[in-house]
Amino acid sequence: MPASIWLNLIPAFLIGGLLCVGAQLLMDLTKPQFTPAHVLIVFVVAGAIAGALGWYEPLAKFAGAGATVPLTGFGYIMGKGAVEGAQSGIMGVLAGGIGAGAIGITAAILFSYICAVSFKPKG
Amino acid sequence: MNKRVGQKTVVFQNPPEIVGGYNVVGPKEGQGPLNAHFDYVLPDTYNGEKTWEKTESSMIETAMNEAIKKHNIAVGDIDYVLAGDLLNQITTSSYAVRQIGRPFIGMFGACSTMALATAVGAMLIDGGFAGKVLCATSSHHDTAERQFRMPTEHGNQRPLTAQWTVTGAGCLILSAGQSAQPDQAVPTGQPAKICVTAATLGGILDYGQKDANQMGAAMAPAVADTLLTHFYDLGTSPEAYDLIVSGDLGTQGLQLLKELLGKSGFHTLDNLQDCGCMIYHANQDTHAGGSGCGCSAVVLSGYLLDHLRKRDLRKILFIGSGSLHSKESLLQGESIPGIGHAVVIEALDK
Amino acid sequence: MTRQIKVTPQEFAEMNKKIRPKPKLLRNCFMAFVVGGAICLLAQVLINVYQYLGIGLKEAVTLGTVSMILLGSLLTGLGLYDGIVALGGAGGILPVTGFANAMVSPAMDYKKEGYVLGVGAKMFSVAGPVIISGTITAFLLGVLSLLFR
Repeated sequence: MPASIWLNLIPAFLIGGLLCVGAQLLMDLTKPQFTPAHVLIVFVVAGAIAGALGWYEPLAKFAGAGATVPLTGFGYIMGKGAVEGAQSGIMGVLAGGIGAGAIGITAAILFSYICAVSFKPKG
Repeated sequence: MNKRVGQKTVVFQNPPEIVGGYNVVGPKEGQGPLNAHFDYVLPDTYNGEKTWEKTESSMIETAMNEAIKKHNIAVGDIDYVLAGDLLNQITTSSYAVRQIGRPFIGMFGACSTMALATAVGAMLIDGGFAGKVLCATSSHHDTAERQFRMPTEHGNQRPLTAQWTVTGAGCLILSAGQSAQPDQAVPTGQPAKICVTAATLGGILDYGQKDANQMGAAMAPAVADTLLTHFYDLGTSPEAYDLIVSGDLGTQGLQLLKELLGKSGFHTLDNLQDCGCMIYHANQDTHAGGSGCGCSAVVLSGYLLDHLRKRDLRKILFIGSGSLHSKESLLQGESIPGIGHAVVIEALDK
Repeated sequence: MTRQIKVTPQEFAEMNKKIRPKPKLLRNCFMAFVVGGAICLLAQVLINVYQYLGIGLKEAVTLGTVSMILLGSLLTGLGLYDGIVALGGAGGILPVTGFANAMVSPAMDYKKEGYVLGVGAKMFSVAGPVIISGTITAFLLGVLSLLFR
C-alpha cells in the first residue's frame, strides 16, 4: 500500500473528534432534560440541512470517515438523497431520504437482531 | 397513654423488638466498605436466574427465608409480610412471597419503603394486631436501569449527580416485645433487645425538582421536613441520637439536607449520615452514592443492626427517603414528589 | 426551633445550583475528541483498505459505515460499548457505532419479553427518534427543493 493513502487519516481523526466535542458541549452545557437523544437529533437534522444545501459534500471529501461516520453523516446522506430524489418528482422525495439511509438502517436492524439472539446483556 | 404525639409521630407503648435480619447484596456492594455486614453476596448480577427480575425476586425471597431460618421462627407465626420494591406493581415482592403463604401487605414508598415497612410493622405489633411481622425490600441495579432509565448495555455518560441503584435485599423480623420474661439472663453490658420505639411518617413534599439524575435534591426537603416534625413532636434535637441516617440522599442530597436543617437552627449535625454515601467506596465510580429500596434495607439489616447489637450505637434515627416519580411522569414534565419516613431504633436494656 | 423548613422552592433551587457539581468540561471534551476521533480514524483505515482491495470510493465509504455498525453491535453484544461511552461521552455516542449501540442494547435487553413484542417492538425505542427526525427533515428538504428548483 502506498504511504500517501494514509494521509487522509489525519483529517478523519480531527474532524470526527471535533464533531464529537461539539456534541459533548451540547450535552454538558444544556439542561439535564436535553438528553443525548436530543443532541443526536440536532446533529442529524443539521447534517441533513447541510447535505441538502451542498455544504456537507466538501467536508465529506476533506475528512472522509471523519464526516460520514458521525451521525451528521447519516443526516447528510438522507438529506442529499431526498433532494436528489426531488429531480424525479414527489415520489423521489418520499423514497429518497430513507432510500439513501437504507443500507445503514438495514445493517443496524440485522446486526441488532443477530446480537439479540446471540448475546445476553451483562449489565 | 396516648401513642400519638404531636403532628405526625407515634411513640410505641410496648416497643416492638427487631429480632434480627438477613440481607443479600450484589457483587459491587460486596466489594464496598460494608462487606463484613452482609450475609450473602451474589457471585454475579444474575445468580443463575434467567432474568434480573427473577434474580431480584429470589434475593428478597432468600432474605426472608434465611431470616426466618436464622432466628428459628415458625413461618406460621408470622402474621404479616410487609414488602416492597421499585418495579411496576411491586411484582418483585409479590412473586417472592408466593411460597410463604402468610398475609401480604404490599408497600410502596420508593426508596423509603424499608423505613415505611418498619414503621407500619411496628404499629401493627404495638396495636396488638400482630405478634411477628416480616419487613423486606429490595432493588436491583439492572432491573431499575431497565425500568427507569435505558437498556443496560446502552452507552451513556452518567452525570456526577447520578446515584447507583443498589443490588440488594434486606429483611427484618419484628416481634412483640417479650417484657413478660424479665428474668431472662442477659450478659452484662449487652443489650437485651433492639427495639423500634417511635416513628414519624412524612407527607409528600415537592420542591419542583425535575432531574431524575439528582434524586437527592428532590428528596432532601421531604427528609428535612420529616426530621423537623419529628424533633418538634418529641421535643428533641439531633443531639439526642447517636446517628441520624437517611436512606439514599447521596452526596449532594446529604449536603442539601444539612443546609436545610441549618436554616432551621440545627447546626451541629456531625451525627448525620446517609446509607447511600456509606455503601460504596469513592473509587467504585458510583458518583453521588447508592440509591434504591435495597440501599437502606441492607445497611439497616447489616451495618446498623450489627452496631446496635454491639452497642456502639444506642439510639438511631433511621429516615428512609423516597422519590415517587415514574419515567412517564417526568417525560410529561412533572416534578419529583419526595417523601421521608423516620423510625427511632434503640438498643434497650431489659 | 421550628417544624417547618424555612426555605422556599426557589431558594432551594438556588441552594442546589451552588452545590451541584459541574461536569468536568475540559476532560469530557478531550475524551470525546480522542475517542470520537479514534473511531472515525479506524473507519477511515477500513475505507482505505477496501479501496486498496479494488473497491470504488463510494462503495468503500458505505462498506466502511456498515463495518463500523457491525463493530458497534459486536462491542455492545460483548458488553463493552457502555464502557467506551462512559469514558468518551459524545465521542462514543455520535459516531455510527453509538447508533448501533442504541439499537442493539434494547434489542438484547428486551429479548426476555420475546422476539416479537420484545426485540421487535423495542429495537427502535432509543434510536427511533434519530431515524424519524432524519426522515422528516429529509422529506421537508426534498419538498423545498421541488418547490424552489
